[in-house]
Formats: sequence, C-alpha cells, structure tokens
Amino acid sequence: MAMPHRPAGGASIARLSFDFESEEWVRALRGSEAERQAAVERLHGLLLRIARSEVRRRSPRLGITGPELDDLAHQAAADALLAITAKIGDFRGESRFTTWAYRFVILEVSAKVGRHFWRDPGVRLEGEDWERLPDRFGFDPAREAEWRDLLAALRRAVEETLTERQRRIFVALVLNGIPLDTLALELGSNRNAIYKTMFDARRKLRAALAANGYVDDDRVRRS
Amino acid sequence: MSGWAELDRFLATDPRDVGCEEAMAMLHVYVELVAQDAGAERRYPGIAAHLRACGPCSDDFEGLLAAIGGPAD
Repeated sequence: MAMPHRPAGGASIARLSFDFESEEWVRALRGSEAERQAAVERLHGLLLRIARSEVRRRSPRLGITGPELDDLAHQAAADALLAITAKIGDFRGESRFTTWAYRFVILEVSAKVGRHFWRDPGVRLEGEDWERLPDRFGFDPAREAEWRDLLAALRRAVEETLTERQRRIFVALVLNGIPLDTLALELGSNRNAIYKTMFDARRKLRAALAANGYVDDDRVRRS
Repeated sequence: MSGWAELDRFLATDPRDVGCEEAMAMLHVYVELVAQDAGAERRYPGIAAHLRACGPCSDDFEGLLAAIGGPAD
C-alpha cells in the first residue's frame, strides 16, 4: 500500500482560518464555563441525532432494534463528545467543525457495531468450510463446471502461498464471513492492520492465479 | 455481479491505496470534497482507491456523507 497520504499534485485545502460557524464552535467550547456547557449540550444533541440516524441506516445488517439500537446511539454520542472535547485542539479547520465532529460519532457507531458482533456467540472464527467459497463470490451452482477448477486453484493458493496469519484472516473474513472490525477485536488488532494483511494476501493470491494461467489481461479468466 | 467479476474485484489491489488509518484520518476533508463535487478523487486518489476496496471504511464514508447531507431525522 501507499505511504502516508498527501494530496495529489501537491494540492492543499488547508485553510488559514476557520469558517464563521466553526470559529464559533471552537470559541464556545473553549469559552467560559457557561458558554462551554451550553455548547457541549448543543453538540451532544447534534451527535445524538447523527448517531441515531447512523444506527438506523446500519440496522438492517445488525439484527438489533428498538431500545438496544437507541442505547448504542446514546453510547456512541457520549463517547464521541468526550473524544471531541479532548481533541478540540486538533481541529485545524480543514473542514467545517461539524463535519470533523460527525466523523467521531460515525466512527464510534462503527466501532460499537463491531463490538456488538464480537459478543455474538454465533460468530465463528475457527473452522474452514470451503463449500461456502462459491457462494461467497456469487458463483452459480448450476455452472459449477465453469468455475470448479478456478476455485480449486484459489484454495491451493491460500494453502500454499499465504502465511499462517494471512491464511487465518482469509478464512475468518471470506469463508466464515466475520466482519473485519469484529475480527480485529478478536485478534487484539485493529482495522488497518487486518486490512493490510488481507491486502498483501489478495496480491499474493492474484499472482498465484496468474502464474497458473487463471488471470488473462489482468482479469480472472473464465474456463 | 457474477462470481468472476466479484472474485476479480476481491483480488484487485491498487498500489495507491493508503489503508484504513490514513483514509479515516482525512475522511472529514474527503467527504466535504465529495459533497461539493470538488474533485475529491483527483485530490486524494489514495483515499478513493481505499474506499473502493475496504467495505468498513466505505460504510463509514457513506455514513458521514449522509450525516452532512441534511437533517438526520
């Protein structure tokens, strides 16, 4: 993967000063106790509204509803508020203050959803059900003759070219369908590290399939 | 999407991909550029490449884009 990011072509969108609304937020959150308290309450209201909207957006995939969903939104808003007030000095005006703040609450919702699945005893980290591989990629069972060799080659590549950690992560994410954030929690890791491991694994697998004639013109070849 | 296309998408890696940490650190900047149709992908090709490949980060991006797009309720 690429090194730490800089805008292409040296472009910079950093601003020399904040927009008026952002300036007001920062001033109030650093102001007198009364000003700060009023701003904190107002910000909490905004964060809770965004958190509720976000958990509703994700709810079809969560399998939770009602009070538990609202509780998750309240926790996300409260934790985001703490992080924002602690890191207010990090706000540099590269975006509106509210956009910067909303990022915290969206990421809090995301993290709490990962922990929700982590608590789910139905989540399987171990075991390798290779029969699920065709379904994971949406191959049509009626056309097995066309993809059987390709997926057998993919399985061989997983077993022969990946490291033990890469293989374990491939099995958990692809075969067992564990959400990436849940897997990161289970392994005591983080999203970035798991993604990087899979990034390297995906590159190895593509190279192995290409070496065995399953990739033509940079595309996976049909039989 | 057919199995071949999905497998092809899964195996594709973009060397410009900046990874989750870098993409999330700049998400607030990137999402405003997207909302304003102000050349987000041209300015931040590594973040665009990452969001195309990473489901969880793409989901967070969609959530933030919705959050700044209007009233949440």
